[in-house]
Amino acid sequence: MESPTSIKRYKLTIPHEEYIYPGHSTCPGCGEPLALRYLLKALGPNTVLNVPAGCGAVMPGVWPRYAIKVPFVDHAFECTAAVSSGIKAALEKKGRDDITVVGWAGDGGTVDIGLQALSGAVDRNTDILYVMYDNEAYMNTGIQCSGSTPCGAWTTTTPGGRNVKQRQGKKRILEMMIANGIVFGATVSVAYPDDFIRTIRKAKDIKGPRFIHAYTPCPSGWRMDPRKAIEVSRLAVRTGAFPLYEYHNGKYKFTKEIKKRKPVEEYLRLQGRFRHLTPADVAEVQALVDREYKELVAKVGAGGR
Amino acid sequence: MIDMMNANHAAAIAAKLARVDVTAVYPITPQTSISEKLAEMVQKGEMDAKFLTVESEHSAMSVLIGASYAGARTFTATSSHGLALMHEMLMWAVGARRPIVMPVAARTIGAPWNIWGEHQDVITERDTGWLQIFCENNQEVLDTVLMAYRVAEDPEVMLPIMVVEDGFIMSHTVDIVDVPEQDRVDRYLPPFRPKYPIDVNNPMRHGGLVMPDWWTEFRYLIHLSQEAARTKLVEAEKAFEEEFGRSYGGLMEYYQCEDADAILVIAGSAAGTAKEVADRFRSEGKKVGVAKLRVFRPFPAKEVRRLSEMTSTIGVFDRSYTFGDGGAMFNEVRSALQPGDSMVKNYVGGLGGRDVTVKYIEWIFEDLLKISAAGKVDRVVEWVGLKDGTGRW
Repeated sequence: MESPTSIKRYKLTIPHEEYIYPGHSTCPGCGEPLALRYLLKALGPNTVLNVPAGCGAVMPGVWPRYAIKVPFVDHAFECTAAVSSGIKAALEKKGRDDITVVGWAGDGGTVDIGLQALSGAVDRNTDILYVMYDNEAYMNTGIQCSGSTPCGAWTTTTPGGRNVKQRQGKKRILEMMIANGIVFGATVSVAYPDDFIRTIRKAKDIKGPRFIHAYTPCPSGWRMDPRKAIEVSRLAVRTGAFPLYEYHNGKYKFTKEIKKRKPVEEYLRLQGRFRHLTPADVAEVQALVDREYKELVAKVGAGGR
Repeated sequence: MIDMMNANHAAAIAAKLARVDVTAVYPITPQTSISEKLAEMVQKGEMDAKFLTVESEHSAMSVLIGASYAGARTFTATSSHGLALMHEMLMWAVGARRPIVMPVAARTIGAPWNIWGEHQDVITERDTGWLQIFCENNQEVLDTVLMAYRVAEDPEVMLPIMVVEDGFIMSHTVDIVDVPEQDRVDRYLPPFRPKYPIDVNNPMRHGGLVMPDWWTEFRYLIHLSQEAARTKLVEAEKAFEEEFGRSYGGLMEYYQCEDADAILVIAGSAAGTAKEVADRFRSEGKKVGVAKLRVFRPFPAKEVRRLSEMTSTIGVFDRSYTFGDGGAMFNEVRSALQPGDSMVKNYVGGLGGRDVTVKYIEWIFEDLLKISAAGKVDRVVEWVGLKDGTGRW
């Protein structure tokens, strides 16, 4: 039996309200509905989602059923930030400044085909919250490589593993958006719901273009046990493969401090998509993670904590 | 108020008069001065609209779709490659039932480069589900934009409309335009009140996945709306005439068609030239007429069939082409006709900025009169004005 003291210690900080009903159609262990659930818990009912092609368009169910409790606009693949811009412009024209417009797009829909529209919306200083749920490949079409597929990962279009020889990782989309002119940016992970919700709440109250990079594991595409989705997500953070940090007012800060990073191999070996990597390949991936992590530490240091 | 302006400014002023809420623009010749005029009017505070400078025509249409869902009256303009780049979102706008109105300053599509006028860009988007209205002059562009909103936003229609003006010939040519007063436009065009806007108090999904068991019904509803638009277009024009005293002949305008030996079906600014030539021919006792194809979608098949009651010989002038076959307008006219109806011949010309001159039209009418007298068509498709060494031009 837990004592009343320990119950108090574990007091739930996550809102009780649910905005996603049972009945959505994702695979077992999918990170996306978790991320969307946390996002909407943080934002509340005055939210409009607009969503391109991808798992996000299939997940809420098939017409006439719909599993989400806020308005949802579907559209083509490459225009998420443009559609958000239009919704926002119309709401502004009507004097509705109490509604958060959220572009909710996958990694392919963001770093590849949607990059132009996203860049334009940020450039116009559009007051929108853009959330990229990153499952690190085109998962809805069946696991094809995207610009956000990590170094070494198997996909159906990178059967030998992506870019191991080039030692090249994911497009660093958050850094690109910071250079583009966002006012707030952050990485969040479904393994850290408290941080996820705190970050989105902070983003909600900031005006201007905001970009969230959300880590959403895909057991089907990553060739791993669905039960390990959260464990793998946590390891992504603890190894530094997916560090949690935010950017605001020109300053970087870690939102989840990792005292001592674990070897990236611990993260890789739980996922079948990295099974083919040789020890030398793993060393390359580790070197890449180290390099990018060091750059981030330097930015945090320069910005002052 | 009587003013002098090109069709691009007429289109922009129409958007202002229509009290458009959201515009998104991307420059392309020869449409650009529509965008510039909008920018100027918004900057000066003459037009109360959100004005977004976007990064592509694809995004322009995407912005409008989002804005329209949120209840805004929306407007953009484009041409040529811009229209082609929009293609995907043109179709999305139709399926999403967004009543967007968009002037198109019609132009070529490369390669090779050519910035001048023809109808190929518009014709290529024939099957998207947009209503397409071809205008003859600058006044008609202004008036048609206003009528277009009234039709597009009708609950039985809820489809987007292209208002087509000929690139350069209209977009850059100044003409007299009677600009209606705002209060009269307000009387004619009520505010846009969509039945299912984005509403956080009544959340719903707009455009979600539809499976094979219902998809056909969704498409059929669009078909029904296109059909309903026939009547709605005529009604909107009638109401327009009552308010402003101008009209343009509905879906197809018959000019000197009664008792004609030959009639030329023609769209856009060249229809004006053809009417001029028809007058001259009539004064010489040669019985020719002009059928101005004003609305191309929905296609006025019934109106085309009426031509057969008036003449034995129909020519169709296409300012575009369907490679591997005759022009699109020709094909549509031919498929509207039934066995035993008039003979029909296709003339393709006026491409890439080549003027459709009086001489062109005279040659076509003479050719049609020959066919009428001979009782048979010599060749189905004739590219007119070719530098083919025949010395015709």
